[in-house]
Amino acid sequence: MFNRDRWDEILEALNANKFRTLLTAFGVFWGITILVLLLALTNGLRNGVTADFGDFATNSMFMWTQGTSKPYKGLPKGRYFNYKIDDVAAIKSEVSNLKYVSPRNQLGGFRGANNVVRGTKTGAFEIYGDYPEYIKQQPMDILQGRFLSYSDINEKRKICVIGTGVEKGLYDKGEEVLGTYIKINGVNFLVVGTFKMSNSQGDDEQDASTIYIPFTTFGQAFNRGESVGWMAITAVDGITITSIKQQIFDLMKSRHKVHPEDERAIGHFDLSEQFGRVNGLFSILSLVGYFVGALVLMSGIIGINNIMLIVVKERTKEIGVRRALGATPWMIKGQILQESLVLTILSGMLGVSFAALVIWIMNAILDNAGPVENFANPSVGMQVVFTALIILVVSGLLAGLIPANRATKMKPVDALRIE
Amino acid sequence: MIQIKDLHKSYHMGSNSLHVLKGINFDVKEGELVSIMGSSGSGKSTLLNILGMLDEADEGEYILDNVPIKNLNEKIAAKYRNEFLGFIFQSFNLINYKSALDNVSMPLYYKGVKRKERTERAMQYLEKVGLAEWSHHLPSELSGGQKQRVAIARALASDPKVLLADEPTGALDTRTSYEVMELIQGINDEGKTILVVTHEHDIAQMTKRIVNLKDGVIIDDSKVKQVRASQHV
Repeated sequence: MFNRDRWDEILEALNANKFRTLLTAFGVFWGITILVLLLALTNGLRNGVTADFGDFATNSMFMWTQGTSKPYKGLPKGRYFNYKIDDVAAIKSEVSNLKYVSPRNQLGGFRGANNVVRGTKTGAFEIYGDYPEYIKQQPMDILQGRFLSYSDINEKRKICVIGTGVEKGLYDKGEEVLGTYIKINGVNFLVVGTFKMSNSQGDDEQDASTIYIPFTTFGQAFNRGESVGWMAITAVDGITITSIKQQIFDLMKSRHKVHPEDERAIGHFDLSEQFGRVNGLFSILSLVGYFVGALVLMSGIIGINNIMLIVVKERTKEIGVRRALGATPWMIKGQILQESLVLTILSGMLGVSFAALVIWIMNAILDNAGPVENFANPSVGMQVVFTALIILVVSGLLAGLIPANRATKMKPVDALRIE
Repeated sequence: MIQIKDLHKSYHMGSNSLHVLKGINFDVKEGELVSIMGSSGSGKSTLLNILGMLDEADEGEYILDNVPIKNLNEKIAAKYRNEFLGFIFQSFNLINYKSALDNVSMPLYYKGVKRKERTERAMQYLEKVGLAEWSHHLPSELSGGQKQRVAIARALASDPKVLLADEPTGALDTRTSYEVMELIQGINDEGKTILVVTHEHDIAQMTKRIVNLKDGVIIDDSKVKQVRASQHV
């Protein structure tokens, strides 16, 4: 269909009135540019906002205890309780569709008092007692050595994995870290690994100044016994944690003699719900982007449609001559359709390229000027480009269809009579 | 080559109907050079359009080279026009953004001839009409006579059975008209069947047979002694 002769014909026809062709092409060019830019900006906003969630497995919730607000089974209200380590096993066995249940304990807060000593150096760090699964909920890069293991948990080994901030605070540059000891609250721990958060945003300092030790060791060394500070619970893919969290709450309430209707006793933060809300918002924004972009694009397409109608009108006689020389209606239609297609796709792809350039410049500026709040890395995926291409092909055909039909509707004898 | 029996054609404009052709009968044999004469409104252009399959008759029989031309769809009509007929128009009807050579090769393009062969053949016909040096000029760079000669080359390009010329000299001065007629006579001498619609007597005298039309019927159909155009040039 697209042999060289056809190309020559199309280019000749488009060249016959360059300025008009250019103006028409600009409509589509502009439409697709706006469409792609809108989607890229939406994406930039989405990236900026979801970066606050970090890399943490988003289908998760955190659950802790608060004072009870209702008396129950002879126990007064305002009572405090703690989760125990066997609650974890109970949750795992009685609630299905859970991927990870990590009990956690914490020592030291953000910028708290000095609690870690090594030789003459001291520092204030956050110390967490964790299970090995935690690295799957909070992805991190192990730089040297290893993360916690189940043998550490079972044997209550006094080992630790330290963040880069800890390394910087307690060690000289180039000093060997693995195999050395640090003293946490007076207890010696062997350093077996160092880590860095895979994709930390904002909380770099806090993240890096973190020390992980086995959960069981934490309980024994720092007098927590069986108590669990809070839990990070992740559901399996495809089922939201929001839909199963009530089962977990009910289980905890019955195990800790809390009134079933006491909403205050168990505190939680549902990451999945928050994430879903933000994602939903941006899905709507994307939709708006598509909608507005498509409307702008449509006016470009109508421009092409209009011009093709004029072209057909202008060339009525030429079309009559061509038919007298033996052109079938389909050849004529095909040519008009192809002209409109070529014009649409060419200007559309130019628009996509131009939008890509603008996005590239935006990213370059963002990189240079440093991060902007709630906006990062505006971009569109290849699927948007393909979608745009499909929209262009379809609309190019649509734009050419009416003119193409008009071109062959007239009898050749009438077409030839037109002056 | 052409057989026409009892051809009728009327045009309807609102409630009025205009009976243009009222039963035309005539035959054209291979190699003839026929002129169709008549005043305006006599139906001569309509007849030519029907012969050229650009228009359809209401009634009657039309056989072209032993092929009955009836109930054609546009696709087949296009094929027949391409194979059987070459058109020469009063206003040349060259495509103004294509060079002389490209104009001539267009019927070959629609016939599906390959590019290289097409260009070669188109060039041959341009040589035949004496415009080889002008092959890459646009129609706007040619004189009226040259344009008509390009148009004749184009009509010849697909080697049709019949040439249909609608007032081929209508837009040309006398001298150029005779030059064009000389070319047409030359082509006829080589055996091509040609029909010329004209209202100029001197042009008609240069054909071999004159068919006179009046009010949609043939009032006279007679052979004439051909005047060679070369004597006047």
